[in-house]
Amino acid sequence: MLGVVRQKMLGQSFPKIRPAVSVLRSYSSAAKQMTVREALNSALDEEMSADPKVFLMGEEVGEYQGAYKISKGLLEKYGPERVRDTPITEAVFAGIGVGTAYYGLKPVVEFMTFNFSMQAIDHIINSAAKSNYMSAGQMSVPIVFRGPNGAAAGVGAQHSQCYAAWYASCPGLKVLTPYSSEDARGMLKAAIRDPDPVVFLENELLYGEPFPVSDEVLDSSFCLPIGKAKIERVGRDVTITAFSKMVGHALKAAEILEKDGIDAEVINLRSIRPLDRSAINASVRKTNRLITVEEGFPQHGVGAEICASVVEESFAYLDAPVERIAGADIPMPYAANLERMAVPQVEDIVRAAKRACYRSVPLAAAA
Amino acid sequence: MSTAFSAAKFSTQPFSTISHDSPLVFAKPTSQFFGSTRKLRLTSSSKFNLSRRSGTVVAVSDYVKQKTSKSTTSLLITKEEGLELYEDMVFGRAFEDMCAQMYYRGKMFGFVHLYNGQEAVSTGFIKLLKQQDSVVSTYRDHVHALSKGVPARAVMSELFGKTTGCCRGQGGSMHMFSREHNLLGGFAFIGEGIPIATGAAFTSKYKREVLKEADCDHVTLAFFGDGTCNNGQFFECLNMAALWKLPIVFVVENNLWAIGMSHSRATSDPQIYKKGPAFGMPGIHVDGMDVLKVREVAKEAIGRARRGEGPTLVECETYRFRGHSLADPDELRDPAEKDHYAARDPIRALKKYLIENSLASEAELKAIDKKIDEVVEDAVEFADESPIPARSQLLENVFADPRGFGIGPDGRYRCEDPKFTEGTARV
Repeated sequence: MLGVVRQKMLGQSFPKIRPAVSVLRSYSSAAKQMTVREALNSALDEEMSADPKVFLMGEEVGEYQGAYKISKGLLEKYGPERVRDTPITEAVFAGIGVGTAYYGLKPVVEFMTFNFSMQAIDHIINSAAKSNYMSAGQMSVPIVFRGPNGAAAGVGAQHSQCYAAWYASCPGLKVLTPYSSEDARGMLKAAIRDPDPVVFLENELLYGEPFPVSDEVLDSSFCLPIGKAKIERVGRDVTITAFSKMVGHALKAAEILEKDGIDAEVINLRSIRPLDRSAINASVRKTNRLITVEEGFPQHGVGAEICASVVEESFAYLDAPVERIAGADIPMPYAANLERMAVPQVEDIVRAAKRACYRSVPLAAAA
Repeated sequence: MSTAFSAAKFSTQPFSTISHDSPLVFAKPTSQFFGSTRKLRLTSSSKFNLSRRSGTVVAVSDYVKQKTSKSTTSLLITKEEGLELYEDMVFGRAFEDMCAQMYYRGKMFGFVHLYNGQEAVSTGFIKLLKQQDSVVSTYRDHVHALSKGVPARAVMSELFGKTTGCCRGQGGSMHMFSREHNLLGGFAFIGEGIPIATGAAFTSKYKREVLKEADCDHVTLAFFGDGTCNNGQFFECLNMAALWKLPIVFVVENNLWAIGMSHSRATSDPQIYKKGPAFGMPGIHVDGMDVLKVREVAKEAIGRARRGEGPTLVECETYRFRGHSLADPDELRDPAEKDHYAARDPIRALKKYLIENSLASEAELKAIDKKIDEVVEDAVEFADESPIPARSQLLENVFADPRGFGIGPDGRYRCEDPKFTEGTARV
């Protein structure tokens, strides 16, 4: 995969040179490279040193240095009271997190993957999300639930589900999905500082991918606003919305489309709840065509919500039906070729964009 | 790593299992429920100790020994304490009876779960707490709220769904919260409150160790029922609380019935207190219809937690005189069983104790009854006259801060401050 190749190149001999593959990303000053893993680690580190009420809790976050090494070095720096290894009891450590949040501490609860959050979903929804409302503002819950979400490589059905749509449908939660290192850093800091429960959906395959970061991003007070999407690539002909890993796919698709004369606008949603409806609608009013891309299951997914929002607000501006690209409507298979078919690929996005622009190549019968 | 077991460091924590023979007089137990007299040894080290054995708990506590050795007629409470306990229990009973009346008149709606018969547990425990200690309850939480100090007016208005309720009418019967009185709910799902309570206890420890508030010794009480003791979250919390030595007391209100499911039909080993030692904490069984016994046990358990010695599991054998909720026809319970427990009504028992031991006169107690009736009536009037929530209240309180990361020192949302860095985002 492109990301992995780039990292190997850079890691070995070219630490500071820009990636050889050109990617249309806009950044204001010259780039230092930072992987998403380093971004998350540095964000956690800075927030924990700024506020003694922030603490990290989860499986393997301490002595193992984090199941995916996100919390590397934090145990040594902050001690076992603030970086707590827990037994395998998601329900209870999520609940303990909510209990401490009632009293003003700021727990960061790590799920090894968000699939395991289903064991704790009662606490995420029923106690974290609803407490502020049920208590009429007396008990706010400044908690962050974070961890990898979505499909990894070959991990099978029970480890590959994307939970963005489920959590984003619940009032009382804020759901964030970072893509680049800048997103990861800025949004994790914002999430920790936020006085409400935040579900922070990372992606395991992005952890090792380096992105250029400016000095502004490296500043310790850097924060990104919650609820604002980012236009990763400005375009004129079709809008492609995506989040998390799919942003990378959308950007690659945009490059391919450019060669065919289609100028795609790629929106990195960043925040699924609250959804930046105004940015999406403004973009659709400009391009008149929309494709939504997500990795999760298609029914009742993020794309369905975006489509409904656009149809409600910008119906007259649409020149083509809104198309949703989502994962296949099946539990994730194990075999590598089947898994590739079950997750949106760059070609799928390109084909859909062309269909939306009425310039498609006839398809074989879709599976 | 397991630390060596140093004999000098253990402390015995035996507790008594109090016999049912003479309900109000403290005596050495005539029957011992388990054969072993091995005392429970706990190290004061916070490191995980593999050689910590959970022995079965037995024998009479030192505290009780002292009491009985002084004189068999020494009283457990003073007059003031006695009247306080009596008033609190009568308050709970009268309030719940009024709830039933209001429900059948249509002023209260939805799910209402009443606490009649279990007052001794709430009063016995909560009256020993400070304001900063926390209580976490289940859906049967009206009386816990009242004992903790939430005004009757606020609770009644909440039940009526009025905007003057303790949660502005947004919570309801099952979701009573009070920041001021540290009542952390009010949870509809059984077992849901126990991890929250564990978290509150964790906060107390965190404040002491990390935030250096040296005198923070707040204790948390988690109330839940017998049905909850078969739920995974209960066991997970026993483990975590004992592992991290949290200042919490797990209070099981074993009223023998979970709606229509009897405890013995649902549980492989119905003796819940035994499950404490399995996780490394003392497990005590107490007669929950006797407020004085509950209070004695509560003193020890809360004292243990406050001193930093860790959690305790207390099983209170009690009974609810009414059905599970006001919608429950309560057909499955044997009338003989109901009569047996009705004869052990905690309020009547305390009244008898106070009068027999000349701590209070009939007239004083009647005056308290009257006063409580007036308080409850006033609460109903207040609730009746309170306004219903305004339409604008519908969308409020979903978030503490809907815009994100808080309000800055100048009172405006931080993300609207132009100097607040937005990184390289083009928005």
